[in-house]
Parts: sequence; structure tokens; C-alpha cells
Amino acid sequence: MTDDTVLQVRGLSVAFPGRRGDTTAISDVDFDLRLGQTTCFVGESGSGKSVTARAVLNIVEPAVIKSGAIHLVDVKAGQRVELSGLDPDGAEIRAVRGARIAMIFQEPMSSLSPVHTIGQQITEAILLHQNVDATEARARAIEALRAVQIADPEQAIDKYPFEYSGGMRQRAMIAMALGCEPDILIADEPTTALDVTTQAEILRLIRDLQASRNMAVMFITHDMGVVAEIADQVVVMLHGRVVETGPVDQIFHAPTHHYTQKLLKAALGLDAAPARQRDTTDDTVLLETRNLSLRFPSKGRIFRKGTGVQALDGVSIDLRRGEILGIVGESGSGKTTLARVLMGRFQPQSGEAAYHTRDGGTRDMTKKASFRDGLVYREMRMIFQDPYGSLNPRMTVEQIVGEPLLVNGLLKGGALRTRVGALLERVGLPASAMERYPHAFSGGQRQRIGIARAIALDPRIIIADEATSALDGSIRAQILDLLLDLRAELDLSILFIAHDIGVVRYFCDRVAVMHRGQVVETGTALQICDHPRQAYTQALIAAVPIPNPRKRHLTLT
Amino acid sequence: MVSTTEAPAGDIDPRITGTAGTESQWQLIRRRFSKHRLAVVSLWVLGMFAFVALFAGFISPNDPGDVKARYTFAPPQGINFIDRNDDGGWAIRPYVYGYDVEVNPASLSRSFVIAENKKIYLNFFVRSWDYKLFGLIPTDLHLIGPERSRDPFYILGADRLGRDMFSRLAYGTQISLSVGLVGVLMSLILGVIIGGAAGYFGGWFDAVTQRVIEFLRSLPTIPLWMGLAAAMPSGWSPLQVYFAITLILSLLGWTELARVVRGRFLALNGEDYVAAARYDGCSHGRVILRHMVPAFTSHIITAASLAVPGMILAETALSFLGLGLQAPVISWGVLLQEAQNIRTLATAPWLLAPGAAIVIAVLAMNFVGDGLRDAADPYAS
Repeated sequence: MTDDTVLQVRGLSVAFPGRRGDTTAISDVDFDLRLGQTTCFVGESGSGKSVTARAVLNIVEPAVIKSGAIHLVDVKAGQRVELSGLDPDGAEIRAVRGARIAMIFQEPMSSLSPVHTIGQQITEAILLHQNVDATEARARAIEALRAVQIADPEQAIDKYPFEYSGGMRQRAMIAMALGCEPDILIADEPTTALDVTTQAEILRLIRDLQASRNMAVMFITHDMGVVAEIADQVVVMLHGRVVETGPVDQIFHAPTHHYTQKLLKAALGLDAAPARQRDTTDDTVLLETRNLSLRFPSKGRIFRKGTGVQALDGVSIDLRRGEILGIVGESGSGKTTLARVLMGRFQPQSGEAAYHTRDGGTRDMTKKASFRDGLVYREMRMIFQDPYGSLNPRMTVEQIVGEPLLVNGLLKGGALRTRVGALLERVGLPASAMERYPHAFSGGQRQRIGIARAIALDPRIIIADEATSALDGSIRAQILDLLLDLRAELDLSILFIAHDIGVVRYFCDRVAVMHRGQVVETGTALQICDHPRQAYTQALIAAVPIPNPRKRHLTLT
Repeated sequence: MVSTTEAPAGDIDPRITGTAGTESQWQLIRRRFSKHRLAVVSLWVLGMFAFVALFAGFISPNDPGDVKARYTFAPPQGINFIDRNDDGGWAIRPYVYGYDVEVNPASLSRSFVIAENKKIYLNFFVRSWDYKLFGLIPTDLHLIGPERSRDPFYILGADRLGRDMFSRLAYGTQISLSVGLVGVLMSLILGVIIGGAAGYFGGWFDAVTQRVIEFLRSLPTIPLWMGLAAAMPSGWSPLQVYFAITLILSLLGWTELARVVRGRFLALNGEDYVAAARYDGCSHGRVILRHMVPAFTSHIITAASLAVPGMILAETALSFLGLGLQAPVISWGVLLQEAQNIRTLATAPWLLAPGAAIVIAVLAMNFVGDGLRDAADPYAS
């Protein structure tokens, strides 16, 4: 054990007690945290990363720590405390939580109390753990807000969480965590819910704070790009076990475990991914919009006309035959609204949108009547973001995938069943899956079912609204590959909406970048990724983490 | 089971084996409900009530309308099962003791004493008074009755006119439960149609319906029922009054269910799978019936099962006040009317038996409703 080791975990096992015996969450986990170093815990959902972090704070309820030792070392005083044996509600562990080990969470909005000001929440933590009066605590809280680079901290301290943006909330959470100057900061996916530019800022902030305060950071993420940007040490977890531990360069450039290799292969970076070129020269435009504008009126203000949200502002895009067009942008940029306009959910106030049907006709997509006969919905299908919400939990997979064929009167009975089986096999699921209900499937499998439903009607266009953003890395890559195969096989054009610009280079032929309802730049994926012309696109591209620790660019100071 | 290893690349959940995931929503609900012990017990209790209601005539040993002045306010007889002879032997044979009448020499009031020397043996499946099973099949078969049909047999005592409380309670169960169920059924139809339309289509229809519901719910219920009940023509037959009362209750009861249904529709309208159904080409009717209604039938059943006790209590309250059902119709409320007088209650506390029945039935329905609500969402927790 080196001198700066602040936390030493050996043989840690956590299990959820159940009626039919315990369910193991993590078993036999070993790791060290060192002052001034960031240790990234990486693995896909369900691999036990978060449970490990919570076990360190002894807040694993309803699970229990079965065995193992967690030694918290006070480096200056040279004392060690064993945490795993402490009473989870006792005074000793509470003195550790927040004061010696602080934690920040994925969703800053639900971790902050909406009815207290940011200042009240930060000072509370300070008053609890440090022997200071209210004035001093407030001064320290302002200092903490200044440290996390919140502008004008004297004013910002008296604001409520809803007045903060997502990035500011995460900063406030960090300020709260830092209020007591902890030795260890546990960050549980702190940037997953944030836009890519905000993520870059938060990563930079954590890195700076860690260096200036000489903290140990335990950083949990599933994004290999983030790992490459921030980690010193990496712990790779799979099914509740640590499969590989090592310095970040070794993990990325000389991985030994095949699971680490698989994770790295699936990390679709902007630089490493193969550049794709459209292989057809067919320039037939299937779907085109010109100057689409849509404003959502603000509610409850009858007398103030003209206010509201300009969701789409002069959007013009073309989707050509056989092409994958990526629409990227941060949350609120209007990309999902665009998809909904194209699916007839909203009607734009101005502009044109036309779909050229298979039989040579043209449909005006700005009118609700164009959708009424269902022709557009047969040729243009949708894949949804949420693999859990998009499948009816009351229907079997057979009913779900067969529904479009049935209601359009195409197939029924045995022929329908055969076709559904073939569709499921086409998307990589066994035909026997059709008797099951959606709750039996994992996220990636559900997304495959959604794809089977989408291709059931032999469509020409698929609108994929964030279709892979809810999936873990390696599964996301599999789904993208499936869509690429299907495109070639079924002559599909895909409108791919994503906030994750990282997948664009791998998956898209052309990209339209959206910002505040406008398309700021359109170009080939290669051009957008390598030579972005607009300042906004450049900022967006620059903020994407690169899954290669030797090309670290976000956290360099 | 087809091996899942044929499928490409690792995201097939190895836990999916055998029949896992083939359980339907209803099977999951049933499994969770069965873990809710209080609800399961309550369901059995309700089943018993339902049996009594369906087979009221079969269960009743006496004709509920049969007036016997000799047995006015006769106290309940306990049923004994082990029959001991004088010479020490015994046999399992149910019997009750007969009554002796004592006259108080000072007040000249008559009172009943259980006479341990008069044994009235009971037989199962005896034939005595005539009734119609389910109102259709004429029969005279009864579950239990005295060996000689002229002997008194009052499990829960007799009322002011010497009528058997137990038999009256059984018939009251029939009426009270059916008022509750039919009332809720009518409320449900109104509520699902109005609330469903409001939630699915929204817009002005939704706004108008919500205001109407708020207006109806702002009316004080008891005076309103009383007003409506008083407006009923006095010449109506008991059957007509019965239907009118049910109608009145459900006209005011649909609002709660309409709100539940509307809320579910609003929530489901935002679900991706409902949008997917529209994109699949489903008509409005199919979206509603095939994709949305199954998602909240369990919620509706829960809301309805929690509404039945309200209906029963309302009917009881109205009848107790003398504005609802009228004799000769027997309901729990009508029976409790007899228990309004404190002096009769002091002499014959068994007249409160219908009150106990109401409490048990209402509690059981609430427990079953709670259990259903917890079981309805298998993904919760």
C-alpha cells in the first residue's frame, strides 16, 4: 500500500436478500483509491458499478454487505477506519458520509430539493459536519459555488434549483459535495444526463478540482470516451465482478480481458470509427422540407400573443434514397419536434414538407389530412428512443410485431405468424421470442423488437428518434450494425436523430446539425466531424470525448 | 425452447430460459394479488357474501316475510353440535334449544328464556317453505332447518314482528350488494365513455366535462339524494323504486370513475407504444380498445371495487332515512331502520346484525381494492 492510498477495498461482496436466497450484486471486488487520482469504474448497466460506490458509503439498502473490508485511511493522521462493519445508520458512518467521502449523482434535478435554495442546501451540509456558525457557512458556500465556476455566486446562492440549468445544477451538486473538503469524491455517472458541451465543462471542472484539492475521485461511467478523458486508473466491471484493473493507458492500449476489448471496440469515437461513404449514387429525394417553422404558444398567457418557444425555425433538409441522414443537436434544439412534424403529430405554421410516395405521388406533410389514409405511415416507420415505453406491456411480441400487418389487412393467421417469426429472426431474435411479453427482454432486445415492427411493412423510410441513446455501448453498436445491414438489404433511408454526435461518423452518410430550432450546418458525416465550418458545430465536435487517453483534449489545462 | 445462442452477439439475456416472460399481465397481477394476504382473505369473505346473495332462499331457514307474533323479539339461539344423552353417550347432531316465555309479574312484560329441556333437532337439506332459486326455479329445498318445520329456529333472533333476522339479512345482502354492483356498473359505463372521450380527444369536450364533474361533485350528496328520492312518485312499485335508487346513485357516482379513466387516457396518450399503434395504422377505436383499455382495465377494476362500498353505504343511508328502498323490499338499510329506536335496541341488540354485515362487507371490498391496486402494476417497486 502506497502512502497516498485513501481507500482500500478488499473482497467486497454485496447481495440482495430474497425469499429464494440471496441475489449477488457484486462479489469479491478489490480496488484502491489514491489521493490526487481519478479511478474510473466502467461497465454496462447492471454490472455493479453503482452498488460498489454505495457500498463504500454503506448505503446499499435493501442489499447487505456480505463480506469484505473497506478501509478508509486518514493519510495525515495515519489512522484507518473499517467502514463495512459499521451500523449503516450509526454516528460513525454518518461522520464519514459527506465529510470524508462525498457523492454526486446522475440526475441533479432529483438530487436537489426543489423547495430550498441552493444556498440552504449547501450550508446545511457544512453546518452538519463542520463547527462553524451560519454566516461562516454561507461564506464557505459562496466560496464553494465560486470554486465550481458558477457565475456571480453571491446572487446564485439564493436561487432555487429550477432557476439553474442542468449543468449549473450538477455544479451546485459538486459544490455541495465539496463543501466539507472531502478526501474522496464519488461521482455516479455525473454527466450522463447532460449535453455533450456541458459534459465537457463538468469533466474539466472535476479534473481541475481534483488536482487543486488533491482528492481521490471515484468516477462511474459507461462511456469509454469519458474514461479516456478523465481516468488515471480504470476498473472494468462485468456481472458484479472486477474483470480488469490498471492504469488508463494500459487498459486502452493493452487490454487483457476480452470484455475490455469488446467495450473498446464498441466505443465509437469520432476519430477511430471507419469513415462511411454512401455507396449508391441515386440522388432521388424521398423527403424534403423547406423553411419549416413551428412555434409552440406559451400556455396561460392569453393576452400576450407572440411569446412561446420557436421549436423549428426555417428547417430545410433532404432525405435521399438509401441515405442515412443524421440530425444532431443538444436537448431542446428541435430535432425531436422535427421528427414529430414529419410523423404528422404537429403541423408547422409555415414552410413546406413533401414526401414522394412509392407510387410516384407527393404528399404534403404539413397537412394532417395527408396522413389520414395511413399510406405515409406504411412507407415511413418510426423507431422510438425508449425501448421500455415503446412496446405495449400487455401484448406478446407476436402481437406487437404483427399489429401493423394485421391492421393493414396484409396477413393473418398462420401466414402472419410465419412472417413475424421471420422478422424476429431477421433482427437477431429467436422466433420463439414471439410468445413472450416485452418484460422478458433486455433494452437491446426490445429495441430489436421495435425494429422488427418498423420493418414489418417493408417501409422506405425509418425515422429513428434517439433509437440508440438508451442503450449501453456494445449493444448500441450492435443495433447500429443491424440498421446498417437492414438498410442495404431493404433499400431503406434512415433519418437518424441523435444527441450523441459520437455515433454519427460511424453511422451516418450526411449530418444536419441543429441548434435552437435551426439547421446550422449540413454536410457529409466526414466533413462535419473532421472539418466543421460553423462555430457551433466546431464547439460541439470539440466537446466529444475521444476514447483514447493519448488524445486527451477536454481536460487538458 | 429454441436456443438463444443462435442469435448474433451477446445482448441476449441469458436469464431468458424456459417459459420466463410468457406470463401475461393478468397472470402477473394474480400472482402479486395472491401475496397480499389480507386481500385474499377479504376476497373469500366477499365470495361468501356473494354466495349468500345468490342463494338467499336456499340459505334462509325461514321465510323472511313470515310474521309470527309468538316470537316477537325472540333472542338468537346458539347452534349446538354435540348432542349428549342423559345416560352419558353423545352423538354429533346439530340442535338448538327452544324458548320458554316468562312474564314479569310487576311489569307484565314478556321475555324469552332459552329452554334447555326443549331440544329442536336440525336437519340439512330440509324441505319447507317455497321460494324461487335465482327468481326462476321454484323449489322448497333449504340448507338447514328444524326437523319439524313448525319449531322456532332463529340463529340471529327475531325482529318486532317475529321475522327471522338471519333470513332477512340474507335477502338484504342480495338487494344491497346488487344495488352496489349495478350502481357501479352503470357509473362505470358512464364514466368510461365520458372520461375516455374527454381524455382521448381532449379540447373543449374535456374542458366542459371537467367543469360538469366539478359542479356535480360540489353538490352536497345527502340532500341531493333526499331531494331526488323524495321526487319519486309514491305509486311506484318496490321494484321501480329499487331501479330508480340505483340510477340516482350512479348518476352521481360516475364522476369519480370518469376522472380515473380520463387520467389514465391522458397518461397513456403520451406513451410511445400508443403512438406506435397509431403509426401502425390502427383506427381510433382500435387504439383505444386494443392498446389503451387493456393497460388500465386493472386500474378501472380497482377504482370500481373501491366505489362499490360507497354505493352500498349510500343506499344504506338513504334507506335508513326512510327515503330509499321501502318495505317489503329488504335491504341492509331497510333492516337498520328497525334499529333506529333505542328502546327496541336495548331489548333486541341483535337488530344491529345488518350493521355488522355492512362493516364487514365494506372493509372486505376496500381490502380487495387495495390488493388489486397494488397488484395492478407489476412493474412497480
